[in-house]
This record gives sequence, C-alpha cells and structure tokens, in this order.
Amino acid sequence: MEALTNRSKRVSNKKLSLGERLYLPAIVGGLGITIRHFFKKKVTIQYPEEQRPMSSVYRGLHVLKRDEQGRERCTACGLCAVACPAEAITMTASERKKGEEHLYREEKYAAVYEINMLRCIFCGLCEEACPKQAIYLQSDKLAPSFFSRTDVIYGKDRLVQSMETITSAKSVKSGLTTSDRYVDKVWKNGKY
Amino acid sequence: MLKVTIDGQTIEVPEGTTILQAARMLGPEVAPPAMCYYSTLETSGGYCRTCIVKVTKGSEKDPRPMPKPVASCRTMVMDGMEVQNKTSPELLEARKGVVEFLLANHPLDCPVCDQAGECHLQDLSFEHGAESTRYEFERRTFEKIDIGPNVQLHMTRCILCYRCVKVADQLTPGRSHGVLNRGDASEISTYIEKSIDNEFSGNVIDVCPVGALTDKTFRFKNRVWFTKPMDAHRECDKCSGKVALWFKGADVLRVTGRKDAFGEVEEFICNTCRFEKKDAADWKIEGPRVIDHKSVISSNHYLANNQVPDFAFREVADYKAIEDKPVQPVPAQNQLNN
Repeated sequence: MEALTNRSKRVSNKKLSLGERLYLPAIVGGLGITIRHFFKKKVTIQYPEEQRPMSSVYRGLHVLKRDEQGRERCTACGLCAVACPAEAITMTASERKKGEEHLYREEKYAAVYEINMLRCIFCGLCEEACPKQAIYLQSDKLAPSFFSRTDVIYGKDRLVQSMETITSAKSVKSGLTTSDRYVDKVWKNGKY
Repeated sequence: MLKVTIDGQTIEVPEGTTILQAARMLGPEVAPPAMCYYSTLETSGGYCRTCIVKVTKGSEKDPRPMPKPVASCRTMVMDGMEVQNKTSPELLEARKGVVEFLLANHPLDCPVCDQAGECHLQDLSFEHGAESTRYEFERRTFEKIDIGPNVQLHMTRCILCYRCVKVADQLTPGRSHGVLNRGDASEISTYIEKSIDNEFSGNVIDVCPVGALTDKTFRFKNRVWFTKPMDAHRECDKCSGKVALWFKGADVLRVTGRKDAFGEVEEFICNTCRFEKKDAADWKIEGPRVIDHKSVISSNHYLANNQVPDFAFREVADYKAIEDKPVQPVPAQNQLNN
C-alpha cells in the first residue's frame, strides 16, 4: 500500500546487534541528555520569592475603588452584576444618611457587595460595565487560594480599596478599563 | 373609515383617530415613541415632541405635504394621508434634536435612579438619541421636597410631561399637586407642600416616564432587572386589583400596574394595592409576566426551547396562551449566528 505521507517508517523484525542488545550506548546517550539539561536555563522560578513580570492588562483580583477623597465610588447600580456572565456578583443597596457624605460618593451605596470567586471567570466585563469606574481587576494581584467554600465569597471587607493606597498616584488608573489599557499599550508599541 | 399609510403600511381607522393611535394599531414597531401622551388620560400629549412624524401627503383631496414635522399625538388622520416615521432620515435627525432637548436638564444619575431599566427616556435616548451630550452648562436643580410617605419626587429628573398632573386631575377627586412657575423654572409640586393622600395618587408613579416620581417603599430596594415580574390579582373594592408584582426570591418588593407594549398601564390601581399589600399571601398569582426580550428586565432570563416571546402583537395579560401553545420553531432571524 502506498503511504499517504513520506514520514512512515517500515518496521522490520531484524535481530538486534550485540551493541544494541547491551543497551549501554542507549543508556549513556540518555544520561547525556539528562546531564545537558543541568546546564540549560531553568524554566521554573522560585515562587513566591521570585515573581514573573505581569502584563499591565492582566485581570487579577477585583478592587472596589475609592475616589480622591476616599469615598466609595460604587453606587450599587447593578450593571456589573447584570453584565457578569458567571453571575458571580450580588449586592444590596442602601441610602446614604446625613453625615455619611465623606464615606460614599453618591446618594446610594452598596451596603453589601459580594463576589463569588468560585464563579468568577475573571473576564473583566464588570469593569467594562461599571459607569462609575468603581470596580477594577488589578493587574498585580491574584485571587489567593482558599481552603473552604465560605472563604470564596469576597465581601466589601476584602474588596474595597484600603485608605492607605488612595493618595498614591499608582492607585488611580485614570479611568481606563483593561481593554482600554490593552489598546493603549498596543498603540504605544506600534503593534496592531 | 379613513385610509392612512404609515411607513408603507396601510390601515383603515375611524374618523377622529390621531396619527399616533393609528400607528399604535399597526404595532409598536411602527408607532413613534411618546413621552407625554397617555392614551387613557384626556388632553395628554403635545408637550414633549418626541412623537413627531413627517406627513408626506396631507390627504387624498389635498396631497400637499405638511411643511414641517407634526406631533402625531395631536394630529388627526385624513383620508389618504401618507406618513413617514422611521423611514425618514431627516425625521430621525429631528427627533434626535428633541431627545437632546429633553436630556439637556436631565441628570445622568441612571446608576442611582430606581427607574433605570424601565425608564422611557433611557429607552428613547438609546434608540433615538445622540451618543454624547453637547450641553456644557450647569444643569437645572431643585430643592428636594417631601410629598408624602409613598411617593418620592425628584424634580431634577422631571421632563415636564404633565402626565402626573392629568392623573391627579382626572383620576382623583381632589387635585393636590400641579405645576408651579413657568418655562424653565416650572416644577411639579404640591400646594404648600401638602402631601398627596388620595386613594389613586400612587398612579403618578406608573405614568411618570422618567424617575421623577418613584415608589418610596421600593426606593433603592433593588434594581428592576433583578426582580421577577408576576401577574397577580386580589379582590379590591377600590380598583380592579389586577397588578404586576415584582418579586425578589419570595418577597414582593414592589406592586405596579400592568404595563402594555407602549408602557401604559392597562388599569389604574389603588394605593392600598400598591403600597400596603406587599405580602405574596395577599395575592392570587397568575403566572410570570412576559417582558419584551429586548428589555434589560428580561436579560439573563430564558424561555424553554429558546422561544422568543412574541410580545409585540400579543395581549400582554394572556401569557397563559403562550404557555399552552405548542412549541414553535424559532424564526431564522431570531436565532443566534454561530
């Protein structure tokens, strides 16, 4: 039968020669390959001491942003939750009382805001949907591993940006979403 | 009977029908949007200008076109009239201008507003408006006033459609609120901040096309699109008792009238039904309400067998018929392209 490709090999039942039957040359050859790998550059790194650089458009752990004055930006409009394809986000809204103007930006705020990290697929659609630039997926933080299902639901205690970080310029991503930053980066690099 | 052609579709209507009514008879796809006209409220319409249409042929006797767009809610049909709505690009451009005027003083607080998701102005600006605003000035704001325990008034969001005033005039025995001041400064208010307390006053919430009058008992409770609408009724000595209940889980968050394809309630309901009966046990539940599949309220809700509810030409109340109907294949244009 004619072969379809020229890569097929004929198998023969020819007897092995003495050298082949000793297997020694094959063992030495195999060891050679192993020893060669000792001198090659390692493909692994010593995590967590060493960390690989992450892309600026990486979609990691969510953060609920505060504005320049430290007020929570989220108004519990529910657009992130309706955009979420995994239905990972739930929230309960509440009305801002008198005297809470320094805590919440708008008249309505999220009293409860929960993301189920088991459901979340880190697609970033919540970030795209947010009209108040309140939710972002951080490019430098990953969702940590967890050992119990109750740990997986992230509430406001773990999502809201800490007050210490609001003054640093780095924390404000100038209202750009991940895809905006991606487009920005691609344009800067001239690769598109 | 008079013959009228709207966007190429011809219909015969009785004398005294307005162009808007004739267009609505043809279906919501043809009907121009309306923000102030409300079919069940007399003398409503003529303020907002969103329902403008182009009359390309006046009538059989006088075929001259009308010189400028006319408000279809106030213009009567003539025999042989030809009307352009969505087929006229210049009319759509004119309507875009109308929407821009309506939005000039409207605050963009949709994330906070309870009406978002079922707001007619939101739908209108999505379908007919421009993408961004050119308005650079300070928007009109008002002092907040309390008009009672049930209805929340946000005067900043008001587009002065006067629908609520017509409700107060025609539905309730004693009118307690109206429009104060004139022109740019006009505002909906109660006389000397007297609270609205008559039995049908809650209907101002349903007729308000924007979030200017909202339900205080539902304020910030939930977003409309996370609640599940169900048709229900109860024995009521004041009204028909036919309502839509908006559930979240087993809780009734809100009670409203049943709105049809044009966003108008079929029957006005009383305040007892609207504000006081927030327990599912008070109601006889008929079944889930069919919402237009384009609406955000129906997002993430799917029917069995990928059916698309044929909302447009169906009586809103008889969802039962849809359930009993054998499953029909989905028309090709409704199927998703893979």
